[in-house]
Amino acid sequence: MRLTQGTFSFLPDLTEAQVRAQVEYALGKGWAISVEYTDDPHPRNTYWEMFGQPMFDLKDAAGVLQEIDSCRQTFPNHYAKVNAFDSTHGFETVRLSFIVHRPKDEPGFGLVREERAGRAIGYTTRSYAAERPEGQRY
Amino acid sequence: MGTIRDARTRYRAGVMKYAQMGYWEPDYQPKDTDVLALFRITPQDGVDPQEAAAAVAGESSTATWTVVWTDRLTACEWYRAKAYRVDPVPGAPGQFFAYIAYDLDLFEPGSIANLTASIIGNVFGFKPLKALRLEDMRLPVAYVKTFDGPPTGIVVERERLDKFGRPLLGATVKPKLGLSGKNYGRVVYEALKGGLDFTKDDENINSQPFMHWRDRFGFAMEAVNRAQAASGELKGHYLNVTAATMEDMYERAEFARELGSVIVMIDLVIGYTAIQSMSKWCRRNDMILHLHRAGHSTYTRQKSHGVSFRVISKWMRLAGVDHIHAGTVVGKLEGDPNSVQGFYNVLREPRNEVDLPRGLFFAQDWAGLRKVMPVASGGIHAGQMHQLLTYLGEDVVLQFGGGTIGHPMGIAAGATANRVALEAMVLARNEGRDIWNEGPQILAAAARTCPPLKAALDTWGEVTFDYASTDTPDFVPTATPA
Amino acid sequence: MTARLEAPLDTAPAPADLEALYRDSRVGEVLDSLERELVGLVPVKTRIRQIAALLLVDRLRAGHGLSAGAPTLHMCFTGNPGTGKTTLALRMAEILHHLGYLRKGHLVAVTRDDLVGQFIGHTAPKTKEVLKRAMGGVLFIDEAYYLYRPENERDYGQETIEILLQVMENQRDDLVVILAGYKDRMERFFQCNPGMASRIAHHIDFPDYADAELLAIARLMLARMQYALSPAAEQALAEYVALRRQRPHFANARSIRNALDRARLRQANRLFERRAALLSREDLMTIEAEDLRASSVFGAASGGDGT
Repeated sequence: MRLTQGTFSFLPDLTEAQVRAQVEYALGKGWAISVEYTDDPHPRNTYWEMFGQPMFDLKDAAGVLQEIDSCRQTFPNHYAKVNAFDSTHGFETVRLSFIVHRPKDEPGFGLVREERAGRAIGYTTRSYAAERPEGQRY
Repeated sequence: MGTIRDARTRYRAGVMKYAQMGYWEPDYQPKDTDVLALFRITPQDGVDPQEAAAAVAGESSTATWTVVWTDRLTACEWYRAKAYRVDPVPGAPGQFFAYIAYDLDLFEPGSIANLTASIIGNVFGFKPLKALRLEDMRLPVAYVKTFDGPPTGIVVERERLDKFGRPLLGATVKPKLGLSGKNYGRVVYEALKGGLDFTKDDENINSQPFMHWRDRFGFAMEAVNRAQAASGELKGHYLNVTAATMEDMYERAEFARELGSVIVMIDLVIGYTAIQSMSKWCRRNDMILHLHRAGHSTYTRQKSHGVSFRVISKWMRLAGVDHIHAGTVVGKLEGDPNSVQGFYNVLREPRNEVDLPRGLFFAQDWAGLRKVMPVASGGIHAGQMHQLLTYLGEDVVLQFGGGTIGHPMGIAAGATANRVALEAMVLARNEGRDIWNEGPQILAAAARTCPPLKAALDTWGEVTFDYASTDTPDFVPTATPA
Repeated sequence: MTARLEAPLDTAPAPADLEALYRDSRVGEVLDSLERELVGLVPVKTRIRQIAALLLVDRLRAGHGLSAGAPTLHMCFTGNPGTGKTTLALRMAEILHHLGYLRKGHLVAVTRDDLVGQFIGHTAPKTKEVLKRAMGGVLFIDEAYYLYRPENERDYGQETIEILLQVMENQRDDLVVILAGYKDRMERFFQCNPGMASRIAHHIDFPDYADAELLAIARLMLARMQYALSPAAEQALAEYVALRRQRPHFANARSIRNALDRARLRQANRLFERRAALLSREDLMTIEAEDLRASSVFGAASGGDGT
């Protein structure tokens, strides 16, 4: 399956030039950039691991692209994404977030159903990868 | 003939002009704590505009048609609304803008029902006016702070769904009426699996003989969870909890929560009191609240009479909803671009400035009240993505009901077409391309690797809804001399 | 390196218009503002013009398919303090941006302390932080020789040097590095770090200003601050400059700046003493000789304040 989290996941994987353009856009808006990775892509997993500190005050995308590359090489079988953070009043949140790297195989998720009273069912989304311990998932 | 200041004369039994009773005060400086209202008045022939404005002020506050001695038991100057300014409407002879100030004490804290009963409860049938429209209101910060506002708001909604950087996508299940629960759920599953973020009950889907609400909720949530596991991203279906009584509504909302829904939906017709109750419930239960503006165009559409949707938006932001349908500009329903952008600004900005071309007559400070996500729904399709993104921005839910379900390759394909079109357009916009002019090329390029999008563009590419708008702004931007 | 003719002659583009390229790049504006802002420095300005011409022609040749490879742009500015090195680095960044060699054209100015860490593992991230901020522009390292401290074996400056060497060689599109400092110390630094030396394309020396140039600088500064010297004060300033130069810690334009600030202070106090009388605009603008002669540079008797 193909995990469709992030702003551009329905498009073909972004090229270097496209990633650079998006990072330049975010820097132009004065947003801070961070790179994160994980091997637990459950949709409720808000906290991916941070790859280095978030980068503030950059004028050019080159530094970010280096970090992304470095993350890909260090964790070739994890998901990696780029976040752009806006600290202006009224937002103070992530404004753009897209995946820049995926593991070779994405087994996806299963659905666990727990029967409750009447016709009600309790649902849990279970990641097939997360059945193995961290580090051995992909 | 000005205000009669001498008490004995003023309160002698009999009838006198509103302007003499103290409702027309041209020198009055509105206080920061006053609630201000702007009415568009069309006086009957022979009625002086200032007298008409004073009459509106009077009849929406303390006056009756004749002098009453019991007024003197109150600090009546305090409670009188004051019409302080009357301007002719540009380009509309016989129409006037009347600015009226109301003291904060006239209103109950935190109650939209009271606000509306006060301002529009009495005055709209008034004979000396041919027509009357509430155009805009300024709510003072002191009053705004008595409301909780949206239970979730745009920022937290995005953080809960973990979706940033693009509009959200939805679709109303079609056909509007008649599907059974199980078939309904199939539509939900296909659309969500194909790539939409949300699907939606229509406003009149409550609990009918062809589908009971419990069945709809059960099948819809099965579909939502299946689609979530299939895609790895969070999905939702707006479960409509509108019902005949509050007790029934609470029961339905509870079931929705039990089933794990992230969002419920209500219709405007349940009334302001019910809306506020549901808002409080949603905050306590971590639920996003979607409001369908059912019935609003009975009173918002005509420029001369009624209540502007701009005011409804302000009331709903105070009352506390997270989504509200606010117009599409290019779809099948009424909406001039400037007016619609005005509504969107009212819902989304932390502070509105005066913006006459967009119909914002007052500066409005929202005092930290969360932002409402506008919803664009009605006759829009993937081929208009560049226009939608340009007019409406990024913090919006775009709903493509027919545009998803009517797709020649099926519902999931329809959803995929919309999602790919949207992401491609956002990508291009961020790269700095001129999407307004190059939109069709960008869509065509994306369609080369996405057959569903190609089919969608082939089917609907030429469809537009071009009719003259009835609710247009009065102030058109003109070029100013350098 | 031999040039490669990539475009066959019969399909060569139209004759190159260097004038148009020069005009469009707006480099002329920057060079003109250099003329206006910086007094003297004739050899430096000449060198800058030469470099600009080289880069312009390079651009033109690229348009014709002629390539001599990516030019090395890293530089070294040597000279005493206050001779205009930082100002010139800023203008260099602009010129390189206008000519398309730098994507953004901003300047990040650092010293050793901004780059080197205090403990193991601290240096690399610190240096990389700075490099990321400088990408797309110029990294200006003042007193760069302090990075090399061979006498202290626990010194981490060497790590920074390694990282810089890498970046200066492999990321010439992303960043231009300008080292700056005293001439003799830079020479020693390069002797001990031949790798660094080989990566510097342009060495520019900033001579001390002549007395007349310093006076011109002073006049420029005063004009910008909307002050003027009385004729006696002009004379006093000329004498001041000659004397100050002999004293320790002479920092060219910066010393002039400090002297003028002190003169303003004395002027203000002088006017304050006379505040009973009404002051004209003239009075408010003029620096008198006594405001300058009060300096200790003129001898202890004046009860000077060491300036």
